[in-house]
Amino acid sequence: MAGPLIRIEGLRVAFDGAPAVRGVDFAIHRGEALGIVGESGSGKSVTWLAALRLLPEKAVVEGRVSLDDDNLLEAPIERMEHLRGGRIGMIFQDPASALNPVLTIRRQMAEALALHRGLSGKSIDAEARRLLDLVGIPDAAGRLKSYPHEMSGGQNQRVMIAMALAGNPDLLIADEPTTALDVTIQAQILDLLQLVRRETDMALVLISHDLGVVAENCDRVAVMYAGRVVEEAPARTLFEAPRHPYTRGLIDALPTLDAPRRLVAIPGVVPDPRRMPPGCAFSPRCAHAAPACLGAVPELRRLEPGRRIACARAAELDLQPAATALPAETARPEVRA
Amino acid sequence: MIRYIASRLLRAALTIALVVTFAFIVLRLSGDPATIILGPEAPPEAIEAFRHNWGLDRPVLVQYFDYFRAILRGDLGISMRDGRSAIELVGERIPATLALTIPALFLQLAIGIPAGVYAALHQGTAFDRTVMVSAVFGFAIPSFVLALALVLVFSVKLGWLPSGGRDSWMHAILPILTLGLGGAAALARFTRSAMLEVLGRPFIRTASAKGLPWAAVVRGHALPNAAIPTVTLVGFLVGSLIAGAVVVESVFSWPGVGRLLVVAVSNRDLAVVQCLLLLVAASMVTSNLIVDFLYGVLDPRLRQGARAGA
Repeated sequence: MAGPLIRIEGLRVAFDGAPAVRGVDFAIHRGEALGIVGESGSGKSVTWLAALRLLPEKAVVEGRVSLDDDNLLEAPIERMEHLRGGRIGMIFQDPASALNPVLTIRRQMAEALALHRGLSGKSIDAEARRLLDLVGIPDAAGRLKSYPHEMSGGQNQRVMIAMALAGNPDLLIADEPTTALDVTIQAQILDLLQLVRRETDMALVLISHDLGVVAENCDRVAVMYAGRVVEEAPARTLFEAPRHPYTRGLIDALPTLDAPRRLVAIPGVVPDPRRMPPGCAFSPRCAHAAPACLGAVPELRRLEPGRRIACARAAELDLQPAATALPAETARPEVRA
Repeated sequence: MIRYIASRLLRAALTIALVVTFAFIVLRLSGDPATIILGPEAPPEAIEAFRHNWGLDRPVLVQYFDYFRAILRGDLGISMRDGRSAIELVGERIPATLALTIPALFLQLAIGIPAGVYAALHQGTAFDRTVMVSAVFGFAIPSFVLALALVLVFSVKLGWLPSGGRDSWMHAILPILTLGLGGAAALARFTRSAMLEVLGRPFIRTASAKGLPWAAVVRGHALPNAAIPTVTLVGFLVGSLIAGAVVVESVFSWPGVGRLLVVAVSNRDLAVVQCLLLLVAASMVTSNLIVDFLYGVLDPRLRQGARAGA
């Protein structure tokens, strides 16, 4: 297999001295779908905004983000502008506010098409129509004249996806793309992302706080907690045999449709980035915490090929599903209803 | 869009009718023009004759309806002072006032908007702080104080510019500065906060994520959105320019409508005052109408709201 498409190494981000991302490493291969899950404030979105240098200037970013020969964190701004939208597309959480309210869909799509494909005039209209067709917007020609407020949230997110595809990117970063949408629309948008990926062979980073969404749509899943990756594994493996107590907790907190059971919440809250607990950041909430967990911050270690975990007790713990849960083969969540 | 404009026009007409009514009531309440114009020593027969002459002895309601009908015909009455038509008196002063207010408005726009945009884009820098501080001063200093300060510096100390009158373009500089600077400061501050608000919205990040250079993001995405609230303030500034002209024309002995208003009010020259109030109201209403219309142009959400009858 060729080298990864994009590699993030030792990424750290701090706002006003408060660390938001505390050393993150990722590698994504061509055509691969990586899911990133975690609670709000775990640094999952900030990691990718930092990689594209879309954070406000007060954010201090360290580390390396390699895309072919470019280090995105040090590339000249003109080069970044070429890569943003050109090699890496990004879509965001609330499509209604992520689109400019006073510009037509055509105008907003035309910008991307002019920048990355060098199109103009009639060819912009033709290509914009094709993209809107691709993302399943009916009456594409009519919709080009519309403004975002004239369309539904789901349609706006389709427009966002079409816009992100305008530059034929190698990687699409979808930052909570379905969080602001109705459940039925969520499934449609996720299906659309899969369809687009099949048709374009584009890699996908799907950021979500919803393990179920990520499980259904990704090859590999990384779980983030308090600015670090705590576990990373192929999606199915992660669900069937999580090795980090936090991952176990996330799975136990998921509802299942096929066999309803009592949900188990993870006690406590995400720590304040300015007052991180010593050692493992999850230890104050962890049912398995031992004195060893309070020493050094556990490193993200390779356990077996494709599987990494940051837990001091990873080797000794045998994490069973929560007592009220069902046998393992049915514990896999069913999110598509 | 047509419905939107029609509803705004109707509202404008109603506003003017209310102003006309209000002017009528206040002026009748504020004193008897006969005693003021003829003097308190005038014989009762003379005062009686004056009142009869001007229709002031009729019931107030009859006066009101006559007055309203006359206005609809375009007849704004005759000055009680010198017997010329009020419209003529006011009309010949308008060019002088426009010669101050129009350049002052351009001054406000030319300084306020670029300064505000630049300050927002360079938040926290020395320039930004300077804009903020001068905006507070611009807001806080009354125009007559600023006028006197400018006269003190440029006329008395430096001797560069005349302190009053209307003999050359040089005479217009200080009044224009007085009228324009305060508004420019307010506009700069307001534009700055409008820009900062817009720059923090998610679609700005989308535009950057698309690969647009920052200058294009600012020009194409931030400015059109920041223009919407800013237009409101510009409409307000146009209105306050007319009010400001009253003070500034008095300080600089500038023969415009502002000074005419001061003189007419102290003389209880009803027709002239009413004509001037109508002019002020009409220009305020017109500027609001233009603002409403610009909203419709700038913000597609309003256009659609009007279509839906909202």
